[in-house]
Amino acid sequence: MNNLNRLIERCIKNVLFFCAAISIFVVLLITVFVCIEGFPIIKKYGLLNFILGRKWYPLDGVFGIFPMIIGSIYVTCGALLFGVPLGVGCAIFLAEIVPKKIAKILRPGIELLAGIPSVVYGFYGLVVIVPLIKKYFGGSGFSVLAASVILTVMILPTIVNISEDAIRAVPAEYKEGSLALGATHWQTIKRVILPTARSGIMTAIVLGMGRAIGETMAVILVTGNVAKIPGSFLDPVRTLTSNIAIEMPYSAGEHTQALFATGIVLFVLIMFLNMMSTFTRSLRKGDKLSG
Amino acid sequence: MDKKLIEQKIAVFLLGACIAITFFLLIAVIGHILQKGLGQISVEFLLEEPRDMGREGGIFPTIVGTIYLVVISLIISVPIGVLSAIYLTEYTRKGPILKAIRFATESLAGIPSIIFGLFGFTFFVIFLKLGWSVLSGSLTLAFMMLPTIVRASEEAIKSVPDAYRLGSFALGATKWQTIRKVVLPTALPGIITGIILGIGRAVGETAPVILTMGSALRIPWTIMQPARTMSVHLYILASEGISMEKAYGTATVLIIVVIFINFLANFVMRKMISV
Repeated sequence: MNNLNRLIERCIKNVLFFCAAISIFVVLLITVFVCIEGFPIIKKYGLLNFILGRKWYPLDGVFGIFPMIIGSIYVTCGALLFGVPLGVGCAIFLAEIVPKKIAKILRPGIELLAGIPSVVYGFYGLVVIVPLIKKYFGGSGFSVLAASVILTVMILPTIVNISEDAIRAVPAEYKEGSLALGATHWQTIKRVILPTARSGIMTAIVLGMGRAIGETMAVILVTGNVAKIPGSFLDPVRTLTSNIAIEMPYSAGEHTQALFATGIVLFVLIMFLNMMSTFTRSLRKGDKLSG
Repeated sequence: MDKKLIEQKIAVFLLGACIAITFFLLIAVIGHILQKGLGQISVEFLLEEPRDMGREGGIFPTIVGTIYLVVISLIISVPIGVLSAIYLTEYTRKGPILKAIRFATESLAGIPSIIFGLFGFTFFVIFLKLGWSVLSGSLTLAFMMLPTIVRASEEAIKSVPDAYRLGSFALGATKWQTIRKVVLPTALPGIITGIILGIGRAVGETAPVILTMGSALRIPWTIMQPARTMSVHLYILASEGISMEKAYGTATVLIIVVIFINFLANFVMRKMISV
Protein backbone atom coordinates (compact mmCIF):
# COMPACT_ATOMS: atom_id res chain seq x y z
CA MET A 1 0.00 0.00 0.00
CA ASN A 2 2.75 2.39 0.98
CA ASN A 3 4.80 1.49 -2.08
CA LEU A 4 1.80 1.90 -4.31
CA ASN A 5 1.14 5.31 -2.82
CA ARG A 6 4.71 6.32 -3.41
CA LEU A 7 4.49 5.17 -7.02
CA ILE A 8 1.29 7.15 -7.56
CA GLU A 9 2.88 10.22 -6.01
CA ARG A 10 5.84 9.99 -8.33
CA CYS A 11 3.64 9.53 -11.42
CA ILE A 12 1.56 12.54 -10.45
CA LYS A 13 4.62 14.69 -9.94
CA ASN A 14 5.80 13.78 -13.43
CA VAL A 15 2.42 14.53 -14.99
CA LEU A 16 2.33 17.91 -13.24
CA PHE A 17 5.85 18.72 -14.41
CA PHE A 18 4.89 17.77 -17.95
CA CYS A 19 1.92 20.19 -17.86
CA ALA A 20 4.06 23.00 -16.49
CA ALA A 21 6.67 22.39 -19.18
CA ILE A 22 4.05 22.76 -21.93
CA SER A 23 4.33 26.56 -21.66
CA ILE A 24 8.06 26.42 -22.43
CA PHE A 25 7.38 24.02 -25.27
CA VAL A 26 4.71 26.29 -26.78
CA VAL A 27 6.92 29.39 -26.63
CA LEU A 28 9.67 27.45 -28.42
CA LEU A 29 7.18 26.10 -30.96
CA ILE A 30 5.86 29.59 -31.72
CA THR A 31 9.38 30.98 -32.11
CA VAL A 32 10.48 28.13 -34.39
CA PHE A 33 7.43 28.05 -36.63
CA VAL A 34 7.17 31.80 -37.13
CA CYS A 35 10.91 31.97 -37.84
CA ILE A 36 10.91 29.04 -40.30
CA GLU A 37 8.26 30.79 -42.38
CA GLY A 38 9.78 34.25 -42.18
CA PHE A 39 13.55 33.78 -42.33
CA PRO A 40 13.92 32.73 -45.99
CA ILE A 41 12.59 36.06 -47.25
CA ILE A 42 14.72 38.09 -44.82
CA LYS A 43 17.77 36.14 -46.00
CA LYS A 44 16.90 36.56 -49.65
CA TYR A 45 15.87 40.19 -49.45
CA GLY A 46 18.44 41.29 -46.86
CA LEU A 47 17.61 42.26 -43.28
CA LEU A 48 18.46 45.94 -43.74
CA ASN A 49 16.50 46.22 -46.97
CA PHE A 50 13.55 44.61 -45.24
CA ILE A 51 13.62 46.73 -42.09
CA LEU A 52 14.69 50.05 -43.64
CA GLY A 53 12.96 49.74 -47.02
CA ARG A 54 10.33 52.47 -47.43
CA LYS A 55 8.32 50.79 -50.15
CA TRP A 56 5.85 47.98 -49.61
CA TYR A 57 4.60 46.63 -52.96
CA PRO A 58 4.10 42.98 -52.04
CA LEU A 59 2.64 41.99 -55.40
CA ASP A 60 5.80 43.24 -57.20
CA GLY A 61 8.11 41.60 -54.68
CA VAL A 62 9.12 44.84 -52.93
CA PHE A 63 9.05 44.35 -49.17
CA GLY A 64 10.11 47.29 -46.99
CA ILE A 65 8.43 47.53 -43.60
CA PHE A 66 10.01 50.77 -42.38
CA PRO A 67 6.71 52.69 -42.67
CA MET A 68 4.97 50.04 -40.56
CA ILE A 69 7.70 50.12 -37.89
CA ILE A 70 7.34 53.91 -37.73
CA GLY A 71 3.55 53.50 -37.70
CA SER A 72 3.66 51.15 -34.71
CA ILE A 73 6.02 53.50 -32.87
CA TYR A 74 3.81 56.54 -33.59
CA VAL A 75 0.54 55.05 -32.39
CA THR A 76 2.22 53.51 -29.33
CA CYS A 77 3.90 56.79 -28.36
CA GLY A 78 0.59 58.59 -28.85
CA ALA A 79 -1.17 56.11 -26.58
CA LEU A 80 1.53 56.44 -23.91
CA LEU A 81 1.40 60.22 -24.14
CA PHE A 82 -2.27 60.22 -23.10
CA GLY A 83 -2.36 56.93 -21.22
CA VAL A 84 0.55 57.27 -18.81
CA PRO A 85 -0.47 60.54 -17.08
CA LEU A 86 -4.11 59.48 -17.04
CA GLY A 87 -3.38 55.96 -15.78
CA VAL A 88 -0.82 56.94 -13.14
CA GLY A 89 -3.18 59.74 -12.03
CA CYS A 90 -5.98 57.21 -11.58
CA ALA A 91 -3.64 54.88 -9.69
CA ILE A 92 -2.56 57.62 -7.26
CA PHE A 93 -6.17 58.65 -6.78
CA LEU A 94 -7.30 55.08 -6.05
CA ALA A 95 -4.37 54.19 -3.80
CA GLU A 96 -3.83 57.45 -1.90
CA ILE A 97 -6.73 59.88 -2.14
CA VAL A 98 -9.95 57.92 -1.74
CA PRO A 99 -10.70 55.50 1.11
CA LYS A 100 -10.29 51.80 0.33
CA LYS A 101 -14.05 51.29 0.29
CA ILE A 102 -14.58 53.73 -2.57
CA ALA A 103 -11.57 52.32 -4.44
CA LYS A 104 -13.25 48.93 -4.18
CA ILE A 105 -16.42 50.31 -5.75
CA LEU A 106 -14.45 51.92 -8.60
CA ARG A 107 -12.28 48.86 -9.31
CA PRO A 108 -14.93 46.87 -11.28
CA GLY A 109 -15.14 49.84 -13.67
CA ILE A 110 -11.43 49.53 -14.48
CA GLU A 111 -11.84 45.74 -14.84
CA LEU A 112 -14.72 46.23 -17.24
CA LEU A 113 -12.55 48.58 -19.28
CA ALA A 114 -10.04 45.72 -19.57
CA GLY A 115 -12.74 43.19 -20.43
CA ILE A 116 -14.34 44.97 -23.40
CA PRO A 117 -13.13 43.20 -26.58
CA SER A 118 -10.64 45.13 -28.71
CA VAL A 119 -12.88 44.85 -31.76
CA VAL A 120 -15.63 46.70 -29.87
CA TYR A 121 -13.20 49.53 -29.12
CA GLY A 122 -12.22 49.54 -32.78
CA PHE A 123 -15.85 49.73 -33.81
CA TYR A 124 -16.46 52.60 -31.39
CA GLY A 125 -13.43 54.37 -32.84
CA LEU A 126 -14.76 53.86 -36.35
CA VAL A 127 -18.24 55.22 -35.65
CA VAL A 128 -17.42 57.94 -33.09
CA ILE A 129 -13.74 58.96 -32.85
CA VAL A 130 -12.94 58.97 -36.58
CA PRO A 131 -15.92 61.22 -37.49
CA LEU A 132 -15.08 63.52 -34.54
CA ILE A 133 -11.48 63.95 -35.74
CA LYS A 134 -12.70 64.52 -39.28
CA LYS A 135 -15.08 67.21 -38.06
CA TYR A 136 -12.71 69.11 -35.78
CA PHE A 137 -9.26 68.55 -37.32
CA GLY A 138 -10.08 67.89 -40.97
CA GLY A 139 -8.66 65.10 -43.11
CA SER A 140 -10.27 61.70 -43.42
CA GLY A 141 -10.31 61.09 -39.67
CA PHE A 142 -8.52 57.75 -40.12
CA SER A 143 -5.29 58.72 -38.41
CA VAL A 144 -2.49 58.22 -35.93
CA LEU A 145 -4.52 60.31 -33.51
CA ALA A 146 -7.62 58.08 -33.74
CA ALA A 147 -5.51 54.98 -33.05
CA SER A 148 -3.74 56.70 -30.15
CA VAL A 149 -7.05 57.64 -28.53
CA ILE A 150 -8.45 54.12 -28.83
CA LEU A 151 -5.20 52.52 -27.63
CA THR A 152 -5.13 54.92 -24.66
CA VAL A 153 -8.42 53.49 -23.45
CA MET A 154 -7.16 49.96 -24.03
CA ILE A 155 -3.87 50.34 -22.10
CA LEU A 156 -5.41 52.30 -19.21
CA PRO A 157 -6.44 49.23 -17.16
CA THR A 158 -2.92 47.73 -17.39
CA ILE A 159 -1.27 50.97 -16.30
CA VAL A 160 -3.80 51.71 -13.53
CA ASN A 161 -3.75 48.22 -11.99
CA ILE A 162 0.00 47.69 -11.93
CA SER A 163 0.85 51.25 -10.83
CA GLU A 164 -1.77 51.06 -8.08
CA ASP A 165 -0.22 47.84 -6.77
CA ALA A 166 3.21 49.47 -6.84
CA ILE A 167 1.97 52.54 -4.94
CA ARG A 168 0.21 50.40 -2.34
CA ALA A 169 3.40 48.39 -1.84
CA VAL A 170 5.30 51.46 -0.58
CA PRO A 171 5.90 50.84 3.16
CA ALA A 172 3.64 52.92 5.40
CA GLU A 173 6.69 54.04 7.46
CA TYR A 174 8.01 56.07 4.52
CA LYS A 175 4.74 57.95 4.29
CA GLU A 176 4.45 58.44 8.05
CA GLY A 177 8.02 59.68 8.24
CA SER A 178 7.43 62.26 5.56
CA LEU A 179 4.16 63.44 7.10
CA ALA A 180 5.80 63.66 10.52
CA LEU A 181 8.41 66.01 9.04
CA GLY A 182 5.57 68.38 8.17
CA ALA A 183 5.21 67.60 4.47
CA THR A 184 1.71 67.81 2.99
CA HIS A 185 0.06 64.70 1.59
CA TRP A 186 0.76 65.81 -1.98
CA GLN A 187 4.41 66.58 -1.21
CA THR A 188 4.68 63.09 0.30
CA ILE A 189 3.15 61.55 -2.82
CA LYS A 190 5.41 63.55 -5.12
CA ARG A 191 8.69 63.26 -3.23
CA VAL A 192 8.43 59.94 -1.38
CA ILE A 193 5.75 57.61 -2.70
CA LEU A 194 6.17 58.05 -6.46
CA PRO A 195 9.99 57.78 -6.42
CA THR A 196 9.75 54.63 -4.30
CA ALA A 197 7.13 53.10 -6.58
CA ARG A 198 8.87 54.12 -9.81
CA SER A 199 10.12 50.66 -10.85
CA GLY A 200 6.58 49.30 -10.50
CA ILE A 201 5.23 52.21 -12.53
CA MET A 202 7.93 51.57 -15.15
CA THR A 203 6.76 47.94 -15.34
CA ALA A 204 3.20 49.17 -15.85
CA ILE A 205 4.30 51.46 -18.68
CA VAL A 206 6.35 48.74 -20.39
CA LEU A 207 3.43 46.29 -20.24
CA GLY A 208 1.05 48.96 -21.53
CA MET A 209 3.48 49.61 -24.37
CA GLY A 210 3.47 45.89 -25.20
CA ARG A 211 -0.29 45.88 -25.34
CA ALA A 212 -0.37 48.95 -27.61
CA ILE A 213 2.22 47.56 -30.05
CA GLY A 214 0.48 44.18 -30.18
CA GLU A 215 -3.06 45.44 -30.69
CA THR A 216 -4.45 44.60 -34.10
CA MET A 217 -8.15 44.77 -34.86
CA ALA A 218 -8.95 48.03 -33.09
CA VAL A 219 -6.06 49.69 -34.92
CA ILE A 220 -7.07 48.38 -38.34
CA LEU A 221 -10.54 49.84 -37.99
CA VAL A 222 -9.39 53.43 -37.26
CA THR A 223 -6.05 54.04 -39.02
CA GLY A 224 -6.87 53.82 -42.71
CA ASN A 225 -3.95 51.40 -43.14
CA VAL A 226 -1.93 53.28 -45.77
CA ALA A 227 1.58 51.81 -45.96
CA LYS A 228 3.31 55.20 -45.97
CA ILE A 229 5.24 57.10 -43.31
CA PRO A 230 2.71 59.54 -41.83
CA GLY A 231 3.62 63.23 -42.11
CA SER A 232 1.46 64.32 -39.19
CA PHE A 233 -0.72 62.84 -36.49
CA LEU A 234 -3.74 63.36 -38.73
CA ASP A 235 -2.40 61.17 -41.54
CA PRO A 236 -3.44 57.56 -42.01
CA VAL A 237 -0.92 54.96 -40.95
CA ARG A 238 -0.34 51.22 -40.97
CA THR A 239 1.17 49.25 -38.07
CA LEU A 240 3.14 45.99 -38.09
CA THR A 241 0.18 44.10 -36.67
CA SER A 242 -2.34 45.44 -39.17
CA ASN A 243 0.06 44.72 -42.03
CA ILE A 244 -0.11 41.03 -41.10
CA ALA A 245 -3.83 40.82 -40.36
CA ILE A 246 -4.96 42.68 -43.47
CA GLU A 247 -2.85 40.85 -46.03
CA MET A 248 -2.69 37.33 -44.58
CA PRO A 249 -6.08 36.24 -45.95
CA TYR A 250 -5.11 36.79 -49.61
CA SER A 251 -1.32 36.51 -49.64
CA ALA A 252 0.67 33.67 -51.19
CA GLY A 253 4.29 32.60 -51.67
CA GLU A 254 6.91 35.22 -50.86
CA HIS A 255 4.21 37.69 -49.82
CA THR A 256 3.11 35.32 -47.02
CA GLN A 257 6.74 34.83 -46.03
CA ALA A 258 7.19 38.60 -45.85
CA LEU A 259 4.19 38.79 -43.51
CA PHE A 260 5.72 36.14 -41.27
CA ALA A 261 8.95 38.14 -41.38
CA THR A 262 6.91 41.17 -40.21
CA GLY A 263 5.78 38.88 -37.39
CA ILE A 264 9.41 38.13 -36.51
CA VAL A 265 10.19 41.86 -36.21
CA LEU A 266 7.13 42.31 -33.99
CA PHE A 267 8.09 39.24 -31.96
CA VAL A 268 11.62 40.54 -31.35
CA LEU A 269 10.22 43.92 -30.28
CA ILE A 270 7.81 42.30 -27.82
CA MET A 271 10.41 39.90 -26.42
CA PHE A 272 12.65 42.90 -25.81
CA LEU A 273 9.80 44.59 -23.90
CA ASN A 274 9.15 41.37 -21.93
CA MET A 275 12.77 41.27 -20.86
CA MET A 276 12.57 44.95 -19.89
CA SER A 277 9.53 44.29 -17.71
CA THR A 278 11.28 41.33 -16.06
CA PHE A 279 14.19 43.68 -15.45
CA THR A 280 12.09 46.51 -13.97
CA ARG A 281 10.32 43.96 -11.81
CA SER A 282 13.63 42.72 -10.46
CA LEU A 283 14.50 46.35 -9.62
CA ARG A 284 11.33 46.47 -7.59
CA LYS A 285 12.44 43.53 -5.49
CA GLY A 286 15.73 45.33 -4.90
CA ASP A 287 13.83 48.39 -3.67
CA LYS A 288 12.03 46.35 -1.08
CA LEU A 289 15.21 44.75 0.17
CA SER A 290 16.99 48.04 0.65
CA GLY A 291 13.88 49.55 2.25
CA MET B 1 2.25 77.08 4.11
CA ASP B 2 -0.79 78.32 2.22
CA LYS B 3 0.98 77.82 -1.07
CA LYS B 4 1.60 74.18 -0.24
CA LEU B 5 -2.05 73.62 0.56
CA ILE B 6 -3.17 75.29 -2.64
CA GLU B 7 -0.78 73.07 -4.59
CA GLN B 8 -2.22 70.04 -2.83
CA LYS B 9 -5.78 71.07 -3.67
CA ILE B 10 -4.89 71.52 -7.34
CA ALA B 11 -3.13 68.14 -7.40
CA VAL B 12 -6.06 66.31 -5.85
CA PHE B 13 -8.40 68.02 -8.28
CA LEU B 14 -6.27 66.89 -11.24
CA LEU B 15 -6.06 63.33 -9.94
CA GLY B 16 -9.83 63.29 -9.54
CA ALA B 17 -10.10 64.55 -13.09
CA CYS B 18 -8.05 61.52 -14.27
CA ILE B 19 -10.53 59.13 -12.68
CA ALA B 20 -13.45 61.15 -14.01
CA ILE B 21 -12.06 61.05 -17.57
CA THR B 22 -11.46 57.30 -17.32
CA PHE B 23 -15.01 56.60 -16.19
CA PHE B 24 -16.37 59.04 -18.73
CA LEU B 25 -14.59 57.03 -21.46
CA LEU B 26 -15.98 53.76 -20.12
CA ILE B 27 -19.52 55.11 -19.97
CA ALA B 28 -19.18 56.81 -23.35
CA VAL B 29 -18.16 53.58 -25.10
CA ILE B 30 -20.71 51.33 -23.42
CA GLY B 31 -23.48 53.95 -23.49
CA HIS B 32 -23.08 54.75 -27.17
CA ILE B 33 -23.11 51.11 -28.26
CA LEU B 34 -25.99 50.05 -26.03
CA GLN B 35 -28.05 53.08 -27.04
CA LYS B 36 -27.72 52.29 -30.73
CA GLY B 37 -27.62 48.52 -30.39
CA LEU B 38 -30.25 47.52 -27.83
CA GLY B 39 -33.01 48.27 -30.35
CA GLN B 40 -31.46 45.75 -32.75
CA ILE B 41 -31.68 42.88 -30.32
CA SER B 42 -34.65 40.60 -30.53
CA VAL B 43 -35.33 36.89 -30.40
CA GLU B 44 -35.03 36.78 -34.20
CA PHE B 45 -31.67 38.56 -34.11
CA LEU B 46 -30.31 36.01 -31.64
CA LEU B 47 -31.85 32.88 -33.14
CA GLU B 48 -31.99 33.46 -36.89
CA GLU B 49 -29.35 32.72 -39.49
CA PRO B 50 -27.86 35.72 -41.25
CA ARG B 51 -28.91 36.40 -44.82
CA ASP B 52 -27.08 38.31 -47.53
CA MET B 53 -23.61 38.19 -45.81
CA GLY B 54 -25.13 39.46 -42.55
CA ARG B 55 -27.02 42.44 -43.96
CA GLU B 56 -30.30 40.81 -42.89
CA GLY B 57 -31.31 38.22 -40.35
CA GLY B 58 -29.59 37.32 -37.11
CA ILE B 59 -26.31 36.13 -35.67
CA PHE B 60 -27.20 32.63 -34.47
CA PRO B 61 -24.28 30.77 -36.14
CA THR B 62 -21.77 33.22 -34.67
CA ILE B 63 -23.18 32.62 -31.17
CA VAL B 64 -22.82 28.87 -31.72
CA GLY B 65 -19.29 29.44 -33.06
CA THR B 66 -18.32 31.52 -30.02
CA ILE B 67 -19.64 28.97 -27.53
CA TYR B 68 -17.97 26.16 -29.44
CA LEU B 69 -14.62 27.97 -29.43
CA VAL B 70 -14.84 28.85 -25.73
CA VAL B 71 -15.83 25.35 -24.59
CA ILE B 72 -13.20 23.47 -26.62
CA SER B 73 -10.39 25.85 -25.68
CA LEU B 74 -11.36 25.54 -21.99
CA ILE B 75 -11.32 21.74 -22.24
CA ILE B 76 -7.72 22.02 -23.45
CA SER B 77 -6.41 24.87 -21.31
CA VAL B 78 -8.03 24.33 -17.89
CA PRO B 79 -6.42 20.97 -17.05
CA ILE B 80 -3.02 22.10 -18.35
CA GLY B 81 -3.26 25.45 -16.57
CA VAL B 82 -4.47 24.16 -13.20
CA LEU B 83 -1.98 21.27 -13.14
CA SER B 84 0.90 23.62 -14.03
CA ALA B 85 -0.17 25.94 -11.23
CA ILE B 86 -0.18 23.01 -8.77
CA TYR B 87 3.33 22.08 -9.88
CA LEU B 88 4.58 25.66 -9.62
CA THR B 89 3.17 26.22 -6.13
CA GLU B 90 3.21 22.85 -4.37
CA TYR B 91 6.19 21.04 -5.87
CA THR B 92 8.83 23.66 -6.62
CA ARG B 93 9.31 27.03 -5.05
CA LYS B 94 12.72 27.93 -6.43
CA GLY B 95 15.24 26.86 -9.01
CA PRO B 96 16.10 27.32 -12.68
CA ILE B 97 13.20 25.17 -13.95
CA LEU B 98 10.71 27.33 -12.12
CA LYS B 99 12.37 30.45 -13.53
CA ALA B 100 12.18 29.07 -17.07
CA ILE B 101 8.51 28.15 -16.69
CA ARG B 102 7.69 31.54 -15.20
CA PHE B 103 9.48 33.32 -18.04
CA ALA B 104 7.61 31.17 -20.57
CA THR B 105 4.17 31.91 -19.09
CA GLU B 106 4.97 35.60 -18.92
CA SER B 107 6.14 35.56 -22.53
CA LEU B 108 2.96 33.77 -23.57
CA ALA B 109 0.95 36.51 -21.86
CA GLY B 110 2.91 39.20 -23.69
CA ILE B 111 2.99 37.73 -27.21
CA PRO B 112 0.59 39.73 -29.42
CA SER B 113 -2.52 37.91 -30.53
CA ILE B 114 -1.61 38.30 -34.21
CA ILE B 115 1.58 36.26 -33.63
CA PHE B 116 -0.55 33.52 -32.08
CA GLY B 117 -2.64 33.76 -35.23
CA LEU B 118 0.39 33.33 -37.49
CA PHE B 119 1.60 30.42 -35.38
CA GLY B 120 -1.83 28.74 -35.30
CA PHE B 121 -2.11 29.17 -39.05
CA THR B 122 1.24 27.64 -39.94
CA PHE B 123 1.26 24.97 -37.19
CA PHE B 124 -2.32 23.78 -36.71
CA VAL B 125 -3.94 24.74 -40.01
CA ILE B 126 -1.09 23.87 -42.40
CA PHE B 127 1.50 21.68 -40.63
CA LEU B 128 -0.89 19.46 -38.66
CA LYS B 129 -3.40 19.66 -41.55
CA LEU B 130 -6.31 20.55 -39.27
CA GLY B 131 -7.48 23.18 -41.75
CA TRP B 132 -9.50 26.25 -40.81
CA SER B 133 -11.55 24.65 -38.10
CA VAL B 134 -13.00 25.05 -34.63
CA LEU B 135 -10.23 22.72 -33.42
CA SER B 136 -7.38 24.85 -34.84
CA GLY B 137 -8.94 27.99 -33.37
CA SER B 138 -9.52 26.39 -29.97
CA LEU B 139 -5.97 25.02 -29.73
CA THR B 140 -4.56 28.45 -30.56
CA LEU B 141 -6.80 30.24 -28.06
CA ALA B 142 -6.13 27.60 -25.39
CA PHE B 143 -2.47 28.61 -25.39
CA MET B 144 -3.44 32.28 -25.26
CA MET B 145 -5.66 31.66 -22.20
CA LEU B 146 -3.06 29.53 -20.45
CA PRO B 147 -1.19 32.38 -18.66
CA THR B 148 -4.45 33.85 -17.29
CA ILE B 149 -5.52 30.49 -15.86
CA VAL B 150 -2.06 29.58 -14.52
CA ARG B 151 -1.64 32.92 -12.76
CA ALA B 152 -5.11 32.97 -11.17
CA SER B 153 -4.81 29.34 -10.03
CA GLU B 154 -1.35 29.98 -8.58
CA GLU B 155 -2.65 32.94 -6.57
CA ALA B 156 -5.61 30.90 -5.35
CA ILE B 157 -3.48 27.91 -4.33
CA LYS B 158 -0.92 30.12 -2.59
CA SER B 159 -3.66 31.73 -0.51
CA VAL B 160 -4.70 28.38 1.02
CA PRO B 161 -3.35 28.48 4.62
CA ASP B 162 -0.48 26.07 5.35
CA ALA B 163 -2.32 24.87 8.46
CA TYR B 164 -4.82 23.09 6.19
CA ARG B 165 -2.02 21.15 4.51
CA LEU B 166 -0.30 20.29 7.78
CA GLY B 167 -3.58 19.10 9.28
CA SER B 168 -4.12 16.82 6.34
CA PHE B 169 -0.56 15.45 6.47
CA ALA B 170 -0.95 14.84 10.19
CA LEU B 171 -3.96 12.64 9.45
CA GLY B 172 -1.70 10.49 7.29
CA ALA B 173 -2.75 11.77 3.86
CA THR B 174 -0.18 11.78 1.04
CA LYS B 175 0.79 14.96 -0.76
CA TRP B 176 -1.49 14.34 -3.74
CA GLN B 177 -4.41 13.34 -1.48
CA THR B 178 -3.90 16.60 0.40
CA ILE B 179 -3.86 18.61 -2.81
CA ARG B 180 -6.91 16.89 -4.23
CA LYS B 181 -9.07 16.79 -1.12
CA VAL B 182 -7.95 19.90 0.78
CA VAL B 183 -6.01 22.43 -1.31
CA LEU B 184 -7.98 22.36 -4.57
CA PRO B 185 -11.48 22.59 -3.02
CA THR B 186 -10.34 25.59 -0.94
CA ALA B 187 -8.72 27.27 -3.96
CA LEU B 188 -11.64 26.50 -6.28
CA PRO B 189 -13.32 29.95 -6.32
CA GLY B 190 -10.04 31.63 -7.27
CA ILE B 191 -9.43 29.08 -10.01
CA ILE B 192 -12.95 29.58 -11.35
CA THR B 193 -12.39 33.35 -11.41
CA GLY B 194 -9.32 32.76 -13.57
CA ILE B 195 -11.29 30.52 -15.90
CA ILE B 196 -14.06 33.11 -16.23
CA LEU B 197 -11.51 35.80 -17.12
CA GLY B 198 -10.04 33.38 -19.67
CA ILE B 199 -13.50 32.99 -21.20
CA GLY B 200 -13.70 36.77 -21.49
CA ARG B 201 -10.45 36.81 -23.42
CA ALA B 202 -11.61 34.02 -25.76
CA VAL B 203 -14.92 35.75 -26.49
CA GLY B 204 -13.17 38.99 -27.45
CA GLU B 205 -10.30 37.68 -29.58
CA THR B 206 -10.51 38.41 -33.27
CA ALA B 207 -7.22 38.34 -35.19
CA PRO B 208 -6.03 34.83 -34.24
CA VAL B 209 -9.53 33.45 -34.70
CA ILE B 210 -9.84 34.68 -38.29
CA LEU B 211 -6.47 33.13 -39.17
CA THR B 212 -7.16 29.74 -37.59
CA MET B 213 -10.91 29.21 -37.60
CA GLY B 214 -11.79 30.98 -40.84
CA SER B 215 -14.90 33.09 -41.08
CA ALA B 216 -17.53 30.78 -42.58
CA LEU B 217 -21.04 31.92 -41.77
CA ARG B 218 -22.48 28.44 -41.28
CA ILE B 219 -23.27 26.62 -38.07
CA PRO B 220 -20.32 24.30 -37.36
CA TRP B 221 -21.53 20.75 -36.73
CA THR B 222 -18.16 19.17 -35.98
CA ILE B 223 -14.95 20.60 -34.57
CA MET B 224 -13.27 20.07 -37.93
CA GLN B 225 -15.46 22.67 -39.65
CA PRO B 226 -14.65 26.38 -39.94
CA ALA B 227 -16.82 28.86 -38.03
CA ARG B 228 -17.21 32.54 -37.23
CA THR B 229 -17.37 34.04 -33.73
CA MET B 230 -19.32 37.16 -32.73
CA SER B 231 -16.12 39.25 -32.55
CA VAL B 232 -15.08 38.18 -36.04
CA HIS B 233 -18.60 38.87 -37.29
CA LEU B 234 -18.51 42.38 -35.81
CA TYR B 235 -15.10 43.00 -37.38
CA ILE B 236 -16.23 41.89 -40.83
CA LEU B 237 -19.51 43.83 -40.65
CA ALA B 238 -17.68 47.01 -39.61
CA SER B 239 -14.51 46.80 -41.73
CA GLU B 240 -16.34 45.90 -44.93
CA GLY B 241 -19.19 48.28 -44.16
CA ILE B 242 -21.77 45.53 -44.64
CA SER B 243 -24.30 46.71 -42.09
CA MET B 244 -23.74 49.20 -39.28
CA GLU B 245 -27.10 48.31 -37.66
CA LYS B 246 -26.19 44.65 -37.39
CA ALA B 247 -22.70 45.65 -36.22
CA TYR B 248 -24.24 47.68 -33.36
CA GLY B 249 -26.44 44.72 -32.50
CA THR B 250 -23.49 42.32 -32.42
CA ALA B 251 -21.36 44.77 -30.39
CA THR B 252 -24.22 45.10 -27.89
CA VAL B 253 -24.46 41.32 -27.44
CA LEU B 254 -20.67 41.20 -26.92
CA ILE B 255 -20.75 43.98 -24.33
CA ILE B 256 -23.61 42.35 -22.44
CA VAL B 257 -21.72 39.04 -22.40
CA VAL B 258 -18.57 40.79 -21.12
CA ILE B 259 -20.46 42.69 -18.40
CA PHE B 260 -22.06 39.42 -17.33
CA ILE B 261 -18.67 37.64 -17.28
CA ASN B 262 -17.09 40.40 -15.17
CA PHE B 263 -20.01 40.41 -12.79
CA LEU B 264 -19.74 36.64 -12.42
CA ALA B 265 -15.97 36.79 -11.81
CA ASN B 266 -16.43 39.45 -9.11
CA PHE B 267 -19.22 37.46 -7.52
CA VAL B 268 -17.14 34.28 -7.31
CA MET B 269 -14.14 36.26 -6.04
CA ARG B 270 -16.19 37.85 -3.27
CA LYS B 271 -17.47 34.45 -2.30
CA MET B 272 -13.88 33.27 -1.93
CA ILE B 273 -12.95 36.18 0.31
CA SER B 274 -15.97 35.62 2.55
CA VAL B 275 -15.00 31.94 2.92
